[in-house]
Amino acid sequence: MTDIMTPALGESVTEATVARWAKKAGDAVKRDEVLVELETDKVSLEVVAPEDGVLSEIDAEEGATVLPGQRLGRVGAGSGVQPTLTAPAPVAAASTPAAAPTPALAKTLPLSPSVQRIVTENDLDPAAIVGAGKDGRITKGDAIAAMEAKSSPAPAPTPAPVVTPVAAVAALAPSLQPIAPAVPRAPAAREERVRMTRLRQTIARRVKEAQQTAAMLTTFNEVDMTAVMALRNQYKDSFEKRHGVKLGFMGLFVKACVAALKEVPTVNAEIDGQDLIYKNHYDIGVAVGTERGLVVPVVRDADAMSLAEIEASIAALGKKARDGALAMDDLQGGTFTISNGGVYGSLMSTPILNAPQSGILGMHKIQDRPVAMNGQVVIRPMMYLALSYDHRVVDGQGAVTFLVKVKDNIEDPRRLLLEI
Amino acid sequence: MADYDLIIIGGGPGGYNGAIRAGQLGLKVACVEMRETLGGTCLNVGCIPSKSLLHASEMFDLANKDFAGLGIEVTPKLNLPTMMKQKTDSVGQLTKGIEFLFKKNKVDWLKGAGRLAGPGKVEVIAADGSKAILEAKSIIIASGSRPSPLPGVAVDQQRIVDSTGALALPEVPGSMIVIGAGVIGLELGSVWRRLGAKVTVVEFLDRITPGLDQETAKTLQRSLTRQGMAFKLSAKVTGATARPDGVDLTVEPVAGGASETLSADYVLLAIGRQPVTDHLGLETVGIVPDKRGFIETDHFATSAPGVYAVGDVTHGLMLAHKAEDEAVACVEIITGRAGHVNYDVIPNVIYTFPEVACVGKTEEELKAEGVAYKVGKFAFTANSRAKVNHEAEGFVKVLADAATDRILGVHMIGPDVSEMIGEYCVAMEFSAASEDVARTCHPHPTRSEALRQAAMGVEGWTMQS
Repeated sequence: MTDIMTPALGESVTEATVARWAKKAGDAVKRDEVLVELETDKVSLEVVAPEDGVLSEIDAEEGATVLPGQRLGRVGAGSGVQPTLTAPAPVAAASTPAAAPTPALAKTLPLSPSVQRIVTENDLDPAAIVGAGKDGRITKGDAIAAMEAKSSPAPAPTPAPVVTPVAAVAALAPSLQPIAPAVPRAPAAREERVRMTRLRQTIARRVKEAQQTAAMLTTFNEVDMTAVMALRNQYKDSFEKRHGVKLGFMGLFVKACVAALKEVPTVNAEIDGQDLIYKNHYDIGVAVGTERGLVVPVVRDADAMSLAEIEASIAALGKKARDGALAMDDLQGGTFTISNGGVYGSLMSTPILNAPQSGILGMHKIQDRPVAMNGQVVIRPMMYLALSYDHRVVDGQGAVTFLVKVKDNIEDPRRLLLEI
Repeated sequence: MADYDLIIIGGGPGGYNGAIRAGQLGLKVACVEMRETLGGTCLNVGCIPSKSLLHASEMFDLANKDFAGLGIEVTPKLNLPTMMKQKTDSVGQLTKGIEFLFKKNKVDWLKGAGRLAGPGKVEVIAADGSKAILEAKSIIIASGSRPSPLPGVAVDQQRIVDSTGALALPEVPGSMIVIGAGVIGLELGSVWRRLGAKVTVVEFLDRITPGLDQETAKTLQRSLTRQGMAFKLSAKVTGATARPDGVDLTVEPVAGGASETLSADYVLLAIGRQPVTDHLGLETVGIVPDKRGFIETDHFATSAPGVYAVGDVTHGLMLAHKAEDEAVACVEIITGRAGHVNYDVIPNVIYTFPEVACVGKTEEELKAEGVAYKVGKFAFTANSRAKVNHEAEGFVKVLADAATDRILGVHMIGPDVSEMIGEYCVAMEFSAASEDVARTCHPHPTRSEALRQAAMGVEGWTMQS
């Protein structure tokens, strides 16, 4: 028997949720075959079979919270995958039943006496209760909350619709005009209660923390995209041919931001207690929407990269994000973030800081708009820019200077070459 | 290159535990201590010798007063020099133990007074006056505290003593006045009262043991009064005159009124302790202590990079175990680990008879914070073990959140409760509910059953009273 353990989850990640078992207890497995997917605050990861054999036990069911080093299940020797000299079926049959009746309570951390009583008396699944105690243990308060959540929101099951004639409603409430005599839809169709994924929970917690901690406000500007669009149109083919990556706007914005961060270093700083930490490295987070939610992989040392390298890096991170293959290292330690709501059509927004960073740039949709140029009304492809910043660190002058610098660099990208 | 990864100034519970932990974690570490022995106030002139005398004097008191009730008739005779010697012997063994632990964990003991000498530098001034400057990547200030002085009452350690002097009186006083009804005054007052002194405690406030749960404090005062300790509360000491054979003390009511003169053979000044932060060279690294001498810290980091402070020199309760926890957490943080001190679960004990032990919030604090709470209380009179031992004084009181039942505070008074509070510390560290303790099997017959019965009381199902 070999134990399948929860692997180390990376810096600052203490627990994971079992997202999906790819195998059932009793299934034959091959070495390095994926057994189970775990989901953490930041990434999904796969746990593979340590050896050939039979998945004999599953200790942590889907939805359970597990800690590094906790046993997920066990792989036993002997199975259908080996050349069958003996009949494989009885072996599997012998090992499966032993695993099946694992009591529900054993799947999480040991329960304290009061929690044990409450889940038993109220038929609660402890694996579904989020524990606020040490190492995620369920406290009595958590169990009481779960008990109340279970009993309160569920309205009594709707009686069969046939017994709800209009007359009965009118009789019960004679003053009400039966304008809409339609039978209410079943509660199940009106709302659905779904447990948040870890990623969603983390996003929820972090955006709220950022709002509560930072003195956050947003300054706006707009940028004329004519020059970069012309640049792109002129060179996109030769750029792609030469570098094997498409010339997008994001890379230029990363470059423009790095130049602006160098000019206004507070935007690249963070608060730590009573200190300010100024960072002389430029690790730019690029927000990427995925099916599971928003993640912000980081382009490292963007100041030392060419435009092509930045574009390649963004493309690679974006693919990893959509494939759910980001590693912890891809997500940690950004110093500034760029979020592009324009890809979804956003015209203007106020992004929320990615704490503990002090600035985030919001890019938006490019829209042809009439603007005044040299006394003439002309149509230009315009984009609104938003910089949300932490006013504790960055003062208004710095924020505006930053944004104007980004605008200038985009409106005249030659500046980036000349570093002016 | 720096001489050390870490130098700790002070060899008390904060300093020596921090040094040992640093040694375990592979740091090159030194501890600067000017005393002849390690262990600081706690081990040399504080917690440990006072507990030695408290135990011995309690045995004497028991033999005097309670043995007869158990059917043992004796007339005990006090041998004070022997009692003092056994105390000194125990302390000596324990200080040697720390020296051994230093060797085991490769901690260098730098004998002398330590002071900062600029960023990353510590000056060690030996007893013979020779000086050495050593460099360290990190420095922890753990210089501790000393008894606070009182204007008009000059401690001479002859007739007017502080806690250090009160641990080594040459004779049993006929009478003793204790200034200050805090932990130290009540403990050392108890020692000499048991050995035969007539003890009067003078306190500025209108209550004893400020900060302690009010009901518990009142019970303690009643108990000590019954034993013969006299209390003079709301009284201000304005002056003291030492004579060769005694002390005259001028005392006036805090509310105003005529002053009076109290006389006693000895006076113990025990109005609290103050941080030792002078002569530490703090100015060489830009640290400015607050008005009362404490060093401000954020997760033990001072305003000076690479300089940390733990224990009595920082804000919070002046307790050896708090200093110890802080020092360990500080060293762990310095080495990039997740050091943490849970300030909500720091127990506090008074080693009088009966003992007082508590952890968490008092009823007064919960009321002030507007927290809805429930109380479960169980008296030792209903506990079989306490009863058969003729030690049925006191109670256990558990305070729990009215909604979640989470234990918020525990206050106990009774024999040996110091040894029982740890159970509730563990429970609280795990955010336990009172029901968790109520549903945990406890051995019978023991005093610890009272812990469980009190927990049951929170939800109204105490069974044995």
